[in-house]
Amino acid sequence: MNSDNRFEAFQQYIDSEEKIEPKDWMPDEYRLHNIRQISQHAHSEVIGMQPEGNWITRAPSLRAKKILLAKIQDEGGHGLYLYSAAETLGITRDELIEQLHSGKAKYSSVFNYPTLNWADIGAIGWLVDGAAVTNQLSLRRTSYGPYSRAMMRICNEESFHQRQGYEIMAKMATGTPEQHAMAQSAIDRWWWPALMMFGPHDNDSPRTSNGLRWKIKRAGNDELRQRFIDKTVPQAEVIGLKIPDPRLRWNEETQHYEIGPINWDEFHRVVRGEGPCNSQRMAHHKHWHAEGAWVREAAAAYAARHNTNPVRV
Amino acid sequence: MPHTTNTQGPLWEVFTQKKSGQPFTHAGSVHAFDKEMAIENARDLYTRRGEATGLWVVPAEAIVAVQPDEAAPFFDPSDDKIYRYPTFYEVPEGAKNI
Amino acid sequence: MQNALFQYLLRLGDTNLILSHRLAELCSRGPFLEEDIALTNIALDHIGQAEALLKYASEVEGRSRTEDDLAYLRNETDFRNCLLVEQPNTDFAYVIVRQFFIDVWQGLLYNALKNSKDETLAAMATRFAKETAYHYRHSGSWMVRLGQGTDESRARLERAFRDLWHYTGELFETDATEEKLSAAGIVPTSDALYPEWIAQINRVAGEAGLRLPATDYMASGGRVGMHTEHLGHLLAEMQYLQRAYPGAKW
Repeated sequence: MNSDNRFEAFQQYIDSEEKIEPKDWMPDEYRLHNIRQISQHAHSEVIGMQPEGNWITRAPSLRAKKILLAKIQDEGGHGLYLYSAAETLGITRDELIEQLHSGKAKYSSVFNYPTLNWADIGAIGWLVDGAAVTNQLSLRRTSYGPYSRAMMRICNEESFHQRQGYEIMAKMATGTPEQHAMAQSAIDRWWWPALMMFGPHDNDSPRTSNGLRWKIKRAGNDELRQRFIDKTVPQAEVIGLKIPDPRLRWNEETQHYEIGPINWDEFHRVVRGEGPCNSQRMAHHKHWHAEGAWVREAAAAYAARHNTNPVRV
Repeated sequence: MPHTTNTQGPLWEVFTQKKSGQPFTHAGSVHAFDKEMAIENARDLYTRRGEATGLWVVPAEAIVAVQPDEAAPFFDPSDDKIYRYPTFYEVPEGAKNI
Repeated sequence: MQNALFQYLLRLGDTNLILSHRLAELCSRGPFLEEDIALTNIALDHIGQAEALLKYASEVEGRSRTEDDLAYLRNETDFRNCLLVEQPNTDFAYVIVRQFFIDVWQGLLYNALKNSKDETLAAMATRFAKETAYHYRHSGSWMVRLGQGTDESRARLERAFRDLWHYTGELFETDATEEKLSAAGIVPTSDALYPEWIAQINRVAGEAGLRLPATDYMASGGRVGMHTEHLGHLLAEMQYLQRAYPGAKW
């Protein structure tokens, strides 16, 4: 097969909704696009453990602590599923972490915002996970097999995350005046970053078209964002919280909500590294990765000597 | 793509059995430095929600797979062996329990 | 008798509560992601045990304090956990050694409590024993890995083992509260657990290449609310929201 035919056959295969598997031939661009997207997704899960982790030791009840800990653990697990999916494309976990540390690989910039009160934990579950899951549900149909399978598992496990976040918000919004103020403050600070999670408008997004053509992405940024807005605005109304957008209105004709302009300068600034917590998040990850080096070395040294026998205690 | 150093331990493939008597199916993969750690990590990652009654881990490098470009000679020859299926055969009218 | 049982449940519940808090502090700080998840799993088991024990304690007390009231609204001197579990996560070796000491002890304790004449306690112990058996498998295998790993891991393990050793004596103190409950067939006395505990410790320490510290000094005080300096900081953080906004529901 000459190379033109290969590309054509690959595209046809994708168009017929078949999944690409690790050992299949694929264009380099397809491989790199997947590595970039899956690893960014994996890093987001892992870095996302930090803003929520900020409240574990201050969770206000045993129930809340259990739920939050289990949820953050899930995020770590999702990071692992996704790292494994990326590794099937011929890159190691070490290389992926190295790319994160060097800044070559990105993670969702929403995690560069701080969690300042307990309601922020609710807002992350409700808004940030809510936005993420809108995207992830669509990604279950992504064309790369291992990525698609990881997304299915993740979506199943994520189902409680958004609900627990909304439960926290609802409790606080209807609690004492101080709690209500915390809840409103949380939505004020998380609403716009959550909308930015879907990425730039499709017209301004350089990689969307390739991603859609290869069915790596299954829906455009704006379409997914709109889906999220339409389901979330009524949820805010139910618990008496105000969406921080004076231009928000329901359009009877389109049957969709319309929003005011998104501050893309802020988005690009935070992606560039100039957000409230960028350096803090990265320093945390680097620190604990370095701190764990001696443990990993010990485990490797032990395994090298005892590889044939499992440890028995 | 070149593989550089590996400080995360080798990769293991994880298989879970949902119910006793059912086959083990591939659940995903996990990193671990030794067998004991592999089975513990697999347990913590793939059975947190009561998904399993049985668990296997296998070093990923121990798995032998058919390469995609070999798929045709491996699998296509079975397409025309319809005599391997019971529906291929004619059964006389009135015969039962066969 | 009810007061003795209440005190005993606080000891067990608080020990799990404080240990789970220390483990929860490690979330996103593991040496690699798989181990991060493993430590969180163990933390969740201990929170669950704490919750069940404190809930039962609140019922036994009968003063309509909930398990959350007990966890979040008592003062430092009212906590009855052993000193070992409040010791900080100095490094991964400390985490493993602390866990290992506790796992062996809880394994023996819960197995004994399965036969308690108190049915509630016996049922809880049956559930907890399964969780603990897994914790022991995890911490025990790490003891051996670190002991037989690199020079550095061996040195760190030795240091943690030495530093935490003098908090183990407290696990086997038997007092009037225990004797009263023991006489009624509700709990074992702690000193009865020691021979098997030290035998297991010796076996795994031997495999890890560790020698038991040659010291007789053992710290004490958790049972009477005399804690190390670490507990106050831990509680200040843990109880912050409940204390800052009294009466609020979360």
